[in-house]
Amino acid sequence: MTRYDGNAIAGTLEDIFGGDLTTAACVCGQCGQSGVVAEIAIYFGGPGIVARCPYCDHVLLVITRHSGMYCVDVTGFAQLSTPSALA
Amino acid sequence: MARTAIPGRLTWQQATVVETRFDTPQVKSIALTVPGWSGHRAGQHVDVRLTAPDGYQAERSYSIASAPEDGYVVLSVERLDDGEVSPFLVDELRTGDELELRGPVGGYFVWDEPLGGPLFLVAGGSGLAPLRAMMRHHRATRSEVPVRALCSARSLEALLYREELMELAACDPFDISITLTRVQPSAWRGYRRRIDSDLLAEVAWPPADRSLTYICGPTAFVETAAAGLVGLGHDPARIRTERFGGTGVQP
Amino acid sequence: MAVTRGFQGRRSTAESSQLPPGQYLTRDFPVLSAGPTPYTPLESWDFTVRGAVDTPVTWSWEEFRSLPAESFTVDIHCVTKWSKLDTSWRGVSVDALLGAASPRAEYVTAFCDGGYTTNLPVADLRGGQAWVVFEYDGNPLPPVHGGPARLLVPHLYFWKSAKWVRGLEIRADDEPGFWEMYGYHNYGDPWREQRYQGD
Repeated sequence: MTRYDGNAIAGTLEDIFGGDLTTAACVCGQCGQSGVVAEIAIYFGGPGIVARCPYCDHVLLVITRHSGMYCVDVTGFAQLSTPSALA
Repeated sequence: MARTAIPGRLTWQQATVVETRFDTPQVKSIALTVPGWSGHRAGQHVDVRLTAPDGYQAERSYSIASAPEDGYVVLSVERLDDGEVSPFLVDELRTGDELELRGPVGGYFVWDEPLGGPLFLVAGGSGLAPLRAMMRHHRATRSEVPVRALCSARSLEALLYREELMELAACDPFDISITLTRVQPSAWRGYRRRIDSDLLAEVAWPPADRSLTYICGPTAFVETAAAGLVGLGHDPARIRTERFGGTGVQP
Repeated sequence: MAVTRGFQGRRSTAESSQLPPGQYLTRDFPVLSAGPTPYTPLESWDFTVRGAVDTPVTWSWEEFRSLPAESFTVDIHCVTKWSKLDTSWRGVSVDALLGAASPRAEYVTAFCDGGYTTNLPVADLRGGQAWVVFEYDGNPLPPVHGGPARLLVPHLYFWKSAKWVRGLEIRADDEPGFWEMYGYHNYGDPWREQRYQGD
């Protein structure tokens, strides 16, 4: 199965959150590993987008869309910080 | 973000094809003009949206292969034979055609001159596209940041931007290594194998130099390169990666 | 919406009577998955029917493969709008699996390696309408398509045909599965185009 990373959904995330989210820091709600959204594992799962922890495969984020509305579940993160310039 | 000139939400914009060129038998570079383009940072990408007459749509994300200083937005698209979008872009799209794109997007896999270096750029196959944008930006800003690049391709014919890489290799701050993993010309003096820890140890900066590393390619390639560098003692926080999935073929 | 000159997508048309509304025909078999492909060794694989049943039952791979199997050809319909006609499979009828456990309630949650779940009425798994399949097109089911075994419920959208299925939990309540929780239709009949909640 083809695994991508958070960079691949930068456009969708910006469409939802109104700014770049790929540089946001995040913490996995299952194993506690921290990282940035750009590095999380992404699967284009057919009905929607599924983001998983690259360390433990825990589901971090699910995005589906229908009738012009997004359904976004971010409850898999223990923390998701606001975007910041990594520079 | 402050750099964005357009207020409000990300929107789909109409882009026009001004030129197309095959870089390899499988990869075509498409130069686009986008009215009101807000500019981009080297390494960013755009989402492309195609629409059929009956309303069916397909979206894909592509890295921008041109520098912010270049006149056009260039996408280097690899034809995936079982793909839906890439065969259209490579084989059907012509000069004068229009397509929709939104962006630039992504603020992680980017390099601007002030981020400094030394830089280590590692490319698997068409993963060279965003790294080429960084190298062109480096040249355009006359940066003095030293750059080492490692490009992996199956053969010389499959290597993107060959002539441009040769020109860059002749420039002072650039040190470019190429590995051809399947087929090599008879007199080939570069590397001849898939990247591994020994190859990375030879080509990368010593860990003590605290280089800033960008790795882009198929997922398996990126994992190998990143794990190899961390194993050699490079700081994971100085390694940025971008994976574009897997086609089963490792460059 | 701006039409892109020459773009059709990877689609072809079929007799409309063979395709549910809004579906396109595909000749290849797209691989869609919400996570990494699990590779469970057959010696540690088993299949369980549990929950509101008279007798919870677990089959090892060997026991499962010794159950009566049947070969059949059906059309499959993915909610992402591709359909594939005349696909051939071999597997064990879910009737046989449920019969061994005797369900005492109306709903099922299918559970899988990797954590995926989907919900269905028990009635839709009975009457020769559903199988746990282990062969596709005459060959062992490849892991990317759900091997060693997947649920196959061809009269519902294909997300109900859970890959890497490891069992069925019988429940009194209709608990939404993975995609159902995120707005996809609880039942998912392609002929009534039940893609999303409210369709």
